[in-house]
Amino acid sequence: MRVLIPNPLRSYTADAVAVVALGKTLAELTEDLDARYPGMRFRVIDEQGQIRQHIKFFVNGAQIRSLAEPLSDEDEVMIVCALSGG
Amino acid sequence: MAKAKTARGRGTTLLIATRKGLWQLHSEATRRTWRLAGPQFLGHIVHHCVADSRDRRTMLAAARTGHLGPTIFRSSDRGRTWHEAKQPPAFREGSGRVVDHTFWLTPGHVSTPGVWYAGTSPQGLFRSEDGGATWHGVDGFNDHPQRKAWCGGDQDATPDGPKLHSVLIDPRDARHMYIGMSSGGVFESTDGGADWRPLNRGVRADFLPDPDPEYGHDPHCVRMHPALPDRLYQQNHCGIYRLDRPAERWQDIGATMPKSVGAIGFPMVLHPRDPETLWVFPMDGSSVWPRVSPGGKPAVYRSVNGGKSWQRHATGLPRTQAWLTVKRQAMTGDADDPVGVYFGSTSGEIWGSRDEGRTWKCLAAHLPHVYAVEVA
Repeated sequence: MRVLIPNPLRSYTADAVAVVALGKTLAELTEDLDARYPGMRFRVIDEQGQIRQHIKFFVNGAQIRSLAEPLSDEDEVMIVCALSGG
Repeated sequence: MAKAKTARGRGTTLLIATRKGLWQLHSEATRRTWRLAGPQFLGHIVHHCVADSRDRRTMLAAARTGHLGPTIFRSSDRGRTWHEAKQPPAFREGSGRVVDHTFWLTPGHVSTPGVWYAGTSPQGLFRSEDGGATWHGVDGFNDHPQRKAWCGGDQDATPDGPKLHSVLIDPRDARHMYIGMSSGGVFESTDGGADWRPLNRGVRADFLPDPDPEYGHDPHCVRMHPALPDRLYQQNHCGIYRLDRPAERWQDIGATMPKSVGAIGFPMVLHPRDPETLWVFPMDGSSVWPRVSPGGKPAVYRSVNGGKSWQRHATGLPRTQAWLTVKRQAMTGDADDPVGVYFGSTSGEIWGSRDEGRTWKCLAAHLPHVYAVEVA
């Protein structure tokens, strides 16, 4: 499925704005992303398996808060860095 | 005291870690002129960048961004190119704890090339054996049965997160080390981190009901003298202290600071060869803890007698309405003769002295909030 990558993570994808990854759940998808782009997963998922505080996942435009969320190959996933900082 | 070989002829390089990236300041041999280079990691919060004096090539930088989780960047060519750690410091899955950022980096003992230690926020101790590529928790500390009692709970944390810092390795013994914790105090291990004990007697903790507790203190910066490792100093939230091992009780050496200035501050720098000489940067610790130069008049204070007395040095620093904050890792010294002393402020200025703190010059300005300054 297609995964849209936010600007702060594009150093992992050679600046690709969108990539392809696989997974039956959001958890599996993030593991596949990490296999293709080493180090990316830990920047968005912490060591206790939780989505980091300022990161949001959207599947087909709807925010998803659980990594157990099932996915299908036709889904579009967007990783978003929540507005914050300064 | 024998005069040691100095680094004259090579110039000095400062590694400046800031809230928005990493800069380097390079001088020629006389340290009169400086060139600013950077930024690298623009936009990243770089908490600490340290060069490995064991090989003079390796550098590590502890970084995170506002959104992304923490990581470590590694360079093996003195900072020209960087690669991310494969496995940054992270608490054990199932522990319920999450590293917010790596706060402190220390190269290991000279007999253990490739070994590094990291202190994190919240407090955790990590070790790498491959030059920072992969990191593992020091279970002897992170899973110590007393750790929660030592560190306190979330309500005991400092507003920007409790920190494990001041990881000190005894040059005589790779297994002998000290750490400091912003909520907890100073702790010692003599078995490579397998076990730890508090070492805080004699240090005040005015914010606690017990006037002389075993732990719970707030050391801001702890230093061990490289030529006399039994001599420790600390700049604490409650003053300045010195410990001469094997003694177990710290002595208050901040009481001789002028009362109008006080003995509160964050950083502390030791002379590389003389165990009696050290520098501090006092900040206002009264009322709501402004933590800026007392009275708006920044000054460095130096002692040349182990803290028995202090001299104010401010020539060249702004004389008034200069409210500087210097964080605990943002002051350092080189190994030259005379020693160069440097500090960076949260207002983005780097100040340097070529004469052991007597006179000062602004080396760079308009940088972001400075977190750390280290000599490469």
